Amino acid sequence: MKELRLMKGNEAIAEGAIRAGCDAYFGYPITPQSEVMEYLMAEQPEKRTGMIVLQAESEVASINMVYGAAGTGKRVMTSSSSPGISLMQEGISYCAGAELPCLIVNVVRGGPGLGTIQPSQADYFQSTKGGGHGDYRLIVLAPASVQEMFDFVFTGFDLAFKYRNPALILSDGLIGQMMEKVHLAEQRPRLTEFDPSWTITGKTPDREHNIITSLDLDAARQEKHNQKLQAKYQKITENEVRYEELMTEDAEYLFVAYGSSARICQKAMQLAREQGIKVGLLRPITLWPFPVKPIAHLAPKMKGILSVEQSAGQMVEDVRLAVACATPVEHYGRMGGMVPSPEEVLNVLVNKFISK
Amino acid sequence: MDIKDIIKPENLVYKKTDLMTDKILSYCPGCGHGTAHRILMEVIDEMGIQSETIGIAPVGCSVLAYDFMNVDMSGAAHGRAPALATGIKRLWPDKFVFTYQGDGDLAAIGSAETIHACNRGENITIVFINNGIYGMTGGQMAPTTLEGMKTSTSPYGRDLQTMGNPLKMTELVAQLPGTWYVTRQSVHTPRNVRRAKKAIRIALEAQKEKKGLTFVEIVSNCNSGWKMTPVKANEWMEENMFPFYPLGDLKVEGKLVNNQ
Ligand SMILES: Cc1ncc(C[n+]2csc(CCOP(=O)(O)OP(=O)(O)O)c2C)c(N)n1
Ligand code: SF4
Repeated sequence: MKELRLMKGNEAIAEGAIRAGCDAYFGYPITPQSEVMEYLMAEQPEKRTGMIVLQAESEVASINMVYGAAGTGKRVMTSSSSPGISLMQEGISYCAGAELPCLIVNVVRGGPGLGTIQPSQADYFQSTKGGGHGDYRLIVLAPASVQEMFDFVFTGFDLAFKYRNPALILSDGLIGQMMEKVHLAEQRPRLTEFDPSWTITGKTPDREHNIITSLDLDAARQEKHNQKLQAKYQKITENEVRYEELMTEDAEYLFVAYGSSARICQKAMQLAREQGIKVGLLRPITLWPFPVKPIAHLAPKMKGILSVEQSAGQMVEDVRLAVACATPVEHYGRMGGMVPSPEEVLNVLVNKFISK
Repeated sequence: MDIKDIIKPENLVYKKTDLMTDKILSYCPGCGHGTAHRILMEVIDEMGIQSETIGIAPVGCSVLAYDFMNVDMSGAAHGRAPALATGIKRLWPDKFVFTYQGDGDLAAIGSAETIHACNRGENITIVFINNGIYGMTGGQMAPTTLEGMKTSTSPYGRDLQTMGNPLKMTELVAQLPGTWYVTRQSVHTPRNVRRAKKAIRIALEAQKEKKGLTFVEIVSNCNSGWKMTPVKANEWMEENMFPFYPLGDLKVEGKLVNNQ
């Protein structure tokens, strides 16, 4: 039987890291995700699994420690919140360019700038469109529960290694701070074998020296490398879309929402159905690759689609692209750390689509 | 007599180490980078630790160091080599991990990573090439640029009032408890090459004992950036760089050497 525990979202990330057989965590404190490293330091995973935890001097150093260690084929990760993730963007771009598997967790807070420490989902563009310089994508997972915070550490590492690409868990202050019960998976062993075709573990006589780099000054070769990356992203798009549909069979209206907004929409959906309004919910679990086909498939059956996100309207752009004008799409969101209530969301749905 | 009659194993007095690849060096003729690469690889060869060594290349003229050094290597983002090295060494404590960095890389954009890796006493070796200028990007001012020295971004000479003072990074890291061996060398004469090589050996050997960070500065020339012939550049280096950046050990076995 699985172990059951009451945990904070951020703690679930940390426990998930240990149990997923993570080799090292490098991080720098920032609210609302500091519990990740605090939990790890208290837990002393070095004694449990041999996992290393190091508090770096900055997020710039953290991501570059990740970059260095990932090049040796180990399972490594970092976590932060919005301003810290902005600081990491150069390093993340390097990881993507050099095709290094690693896991990054962003427990999003309100911005721009120092913003606020309350929850937000305004880092959607940064997460799903690249974030740093150059043409690249991260595999982006959006947990909507503390259980998923735990589970997605495993999924994130697995996808990162499957495609040799950084994966990002895009959470928010609400999911990070709230407590729920979590079924804890069994301890998975740390990695002991490293792919000799690319990892830098010391050149042995049976192979050429391995080099981890994103640099190629020859433009034609650099373009080829870019094409290879794009082909990989295409493959990920075809194979790794994850989403959840709730009550869409008979729905006339659809919420599209992820993370904490999906939880709020779930409640709004219940309230709507109590009033006889048939609402469904599509929850993207991978924000990249985005569930384009499922949304396109549902769109013609709907009288209206409301994209709900704690932002000025970022994901709604992808929803609109998927819907391709098949039905009206609107956005509703609060900003700067404000969290909408289910009643508020339902009112918006009614006002925008039903009692116009 | 044919050339084949001369090139025989018994006549061999010097051979390029196998730890340098056959790729043609991208450095300007007369530049110290090539010599510094060679002695670093010779030491690793002589210690027999090629299969245990992981190197980090910087961003700077030596960005392609991984093409020339026949060991497993990673190219860092500008200034971040000590962070990469930290990440690697923490997970592979028995490997030999080194960074090779220029003065813009180490003393400007990467100053935080340098200081903190030194202060934590990471068991890595930093080889620091100080040529007082940004070579790669076309000779701009570096933190190490001397007072009055002309560069493309200090065309009238470095003015201390507005541009700040040249930074003695090596003196600075010697003060930190995490450093075990800190030295300043050069590679412009055979005698200095021998000394620098010995210093690199001491630095790498210390990793076995896990004593802390070892730091080898090599004061070097940038004849292109300084706009001098290689010979003139070496003379200028002796006359101007060495008085400000004096050669010798600053810290040995964790203890500061006399006046430091
Ligand atoms: C983030 C970032 N900023 C700036 C640059 C441009 N850049 C490349 S090399 C360099 C300076 C290198 O100088 P130094 O470290 O002294 O090495 P040298 O070329 O003299 O050997 C700069 C500013 C860069 N690649 N990345
Ligand atoms: S520009 Fe300067 S540092 Fe760079 S290779 Fe030429 S001489 Fe050496």
